[in-house]
Amino acid sequence: MSKNLQWRGFIILFLIAVSLVYLTPSISKTLPPWWPNILPEEKIHLGLDLKGGMHLVLEVQAQKAVESHLERMVEDIKYSLRKAKIRYQELKRSGPDSIGLTLIRGEDRKAAEEMVTKVFSDLAIESGSFGKSDLEFELVLSQKAQQHIKKMAVDQAVETITNRIDQFGVAEPDIRPQGRDRILVQLPGIKDPKRAIDIIGKTALLEFKLVDEDNSLEEALRGNIPPGDEILYQITGEPGSQKKIPFLLKRRAVITGEYLTDARVQIDSQYNEPYVSLSFDSRGARLFEQITGANIKKRLAIVLDDVVNSAPVIQDRIAGGRAQITGRFTMDEARDLAIVLRAGALPAPVKIIEERTVGPSLGKDSIEKGLKSMIIGGLVVILFMAFYYRFAGILADLALLLNIMFIAAGLAFFGATLTLPGIAGIILIIGMAIDANVLIFERIREELRLGKTPRAAVDGGYSKALVTILDANITTLIAALVLFQFGTGPVKGFAVTLSLGIVASLFTALFITRVIFDYLIIERGMKKISI
Amino acid sequence: MEFIRPDININFIGRRKMAYLVSAALIFLTILLLLFRGGPNYGVDFAGGIVIQVRFNHPITPHEIREALRSDVLEDSLIQEFGEKAEFEYLIRVNKTDIDLSGLSDEVKKLLDSVFGEKNVEVRRVEMVGPKVGKDLRTKALFAIFYALLFMVIYISGRFEYKWTMSIVMAASLAFGVYIISALGMSIIWLIAVALLITIGLCWFLRLEYALGALIALFHDVIITIGAFALTNREVTLPVVAALLTIVGYSLNDTIVVFDRIRENYKRYRSRNFAEVINQSINETLSRTLLTSATTLIVVVSLFILGGGVIHDFAFALLVGILVGTYSSIYVASPTLLIWRGELWKGGAGATKRRGKGH
Repeated sequence: MSKNLQWRGFIILFLIAVSLVYLTPSISKTLPPWWPNILPEEKIHLGLDLKGGMHLVLEVQAQKAVESHLERMVEDIKYSLRKAKIRYQELKRSGPDSIGLTLIRGEDRKAAEEMVTKVFSDLAIESGSFGKSDLEFELVLSQKAQQHIKKMAVDQAVETITNRIDQFGVAEPDIRPQGRDRILVQLPGIKDPKRAIDIIGKTALLEFKLVDEDNSLEEALRGNIPPGDEILYQITGEPGSQKKIPFLLKRRAVITGEYLTDARVQIDSQYNEPYVSLSFDSRGARLFEQITGANIKKRLAIVLDDVVNSAPVIQDRIAGGRAQITGRFTMDEARDLAIVLRAGALPAPVKIIEERTVGPSLGKDSIEKGLKSMIIGGLVVILFMAFYYRFAGILADLALLLNIMFIAAGLAFFGATLTLPGIAGIILIIGMAIDANVLIFERIREELRLGKTPRAAVDGGYSKALVTILDANITTLIAALVLFQFGTGPVKGFAVTLSLGIVASLFTALFITRVIFDYLIIERGMKKISI
Repeated sequence: MEFIRPDININFIGRRKMAYLVSAALIFLTILLLLFRGGPNYGVDFAGGIVIQVRFNHPITPHEIREALRSDVLEDSLIQEFGEKAEFEYLIRVNKTDIDLSGLSDEVKKLLDSVFGEKNVEVRRVEMVGPKVGKDLRTKALFAIFYALLFMVIYISGRFEYKWTMSIVMAASLAFGVYIISALGMSIIWLIAVALLITIGLCWFLRLEYALGALIALFHDVIITIGAFALTNREVTLPVVAALLTIVGYSLNDTIVVFDRIRENYKRYRSRNFAEVINQSINETLSRTLLTSATTLIVVVSLFILGGGVIHDFAFALLVGILVGTYSSIYVASPTLLIWRGELWKGGAGATKRRGKGH
């Protein structure tokens, strides 16, 4: 056999062998124990539309993180002003990115300015719009600091959600930031989408706030809320006949979920109902002891995401840092609440702006139907080719089967994801890959009609069809690559199989069938081509 | 075996006026339909909103589902049968985007459960797209279309004429035009429109005859496919845009094969007139054109019939696109080459004289 032909045969066999190695993990149920040590063990990834699962895009309301940062700053500034003995009339957040400060004495102005520039370098002093007199300042948070807070909020939200999902228990979740303020969450094979959404979307901001019992709730409900107070509601009763009970609370939280070390589900021995028990760290425990000690016989409200859970009366100083959240929970609800409290609060609320859920049964159906149409369509094409081009058609069929194998191996090799449009892409390629062979075979027929020998006809057919085949495929490849760049999820899967299919079909049509023709004509002396 | 005899000689060029008429009518109908409907029927990907696919285990009417969903937000939801009849599947579509969509699928499930019983209803798929995401996806899809066109135009203007300097001129002018448009802050639809105008104008002035023919065929195919979508009241979704771009690739592919043959024959038969050369080339490649369309159609029909509801519209787009693409590479792309010889409307294949102008 000629050296050249040997080499080409070797390349083909080598590629086939490599493809089979990459496909084995996806096809066989069990791999021999030595396999993973030296050979790839990754299966072909299936997209959520085939596996079933949930795709969520969350938008982090990062501006809220900036606002709560400013609220905390207000407390810090209060402390610094007191330390510097500067008296103020009013100090509060005055806008989405600013704090308003009104001093009492004009002579403090310079000291206050100095203090702010020295201690709070992120704040710029403006007396413009807010300053009607020279006692009023507006402290504006710098753009840089805002961007930083927003970025931190997104990063932290990703971490918290990852934590929650890990504890909830989902196999192979994918959670990552997307763009500036979005988070992509993909949860394959999720059974109960509603619970997953609740766990991911809950801010879970736990706060303990003192009930203001010095001022009248009725007066506040009429609109005269005392400064530093707020009205929050407790919701009781069954769904449908819910009641909202108002509470007048001190706005400032005495303790927050930050100090939690653990949250667990426990069963109340008396009523046999689940509740969530909380444990605080040493700093939280000390705070808790201090607050309860100082407010005996007053009520302390437990507030979760701005809803009052309960407001028990403090009977005694509570040491040891333990508390509990009760309610008419089901076991699942209690378990989910414990998860979100353990994983911590989100730094800012999130909003679901895109949701795509595919039930496991639909995914299975899609695979079945996709494969069915591929096999039936493929079989008809294969029979058609064998019938129309006889022996050459069978060669084209062989090339087609190898083509499908190369696409599948390519998916495994690149770790790409197979989606439903991806399966459609393979089906489409079955039809289109034949094109290259058709172009060649039609040319060979023409050459034969001109009375050329088989060898010359094959040479002429391949070389004349080559440019056209390359061109025709490049246009489809351009479309596929652009789709890959701009497509999302399923469409990307289509672009991947289409591109792989085009490259594979060039190889099978121009290289593999050619080698077989050459072998038969040069080595076996074939006199007549059945085409 | 042969379907098409090698010595076949159908007078395609002679019947070109008929083809122009058919194509013009189809395009005109599409435009009318789109004007009448106020644009294509955008699916949830682009319009925003929510689609819920439910399956019942017994026959049911859309009316019963609508009765079950009697609540404020769901009042004007759209209920469609979906997939195969024997599977009792329905799509519930809520087009509103100004409400909180995230809890809506759960609400639908609860309402259906309470009316039909939890065991009899299965929510198989939920697609919720907020207004912002819908807008993002729209922009993304338009950019995809724009870049696909851009690269293809550059490729074919260079490739068909073997004048790569031309394609550089083309790319540069397009880039300049696009830069001006985006600097003026105009929307991406305008961007695409202007890019197209620049392209066609350049093809005209630079006498890129083959490139212009390929472009006209390509628009022809895509417009008629969109028309078929409007006519059958199908929704344009992300996968459908992917299918449209694939059609663009396929249409060009078909056209390239015919054009390559025309150029080859043009050099070989110096003495014949151009219309005759075109006609002969179409006939010579006819077998290939029909065979490739046949194999591709076989698989796409298989996908259309057996592939299930989720992929149905995608397969439909490919089906129409391939049929129209095959027709246009025979009847539309090649005859447009006659524009340059002022013979677009003149007589039959035999009536034209070859000009002395070199090629």
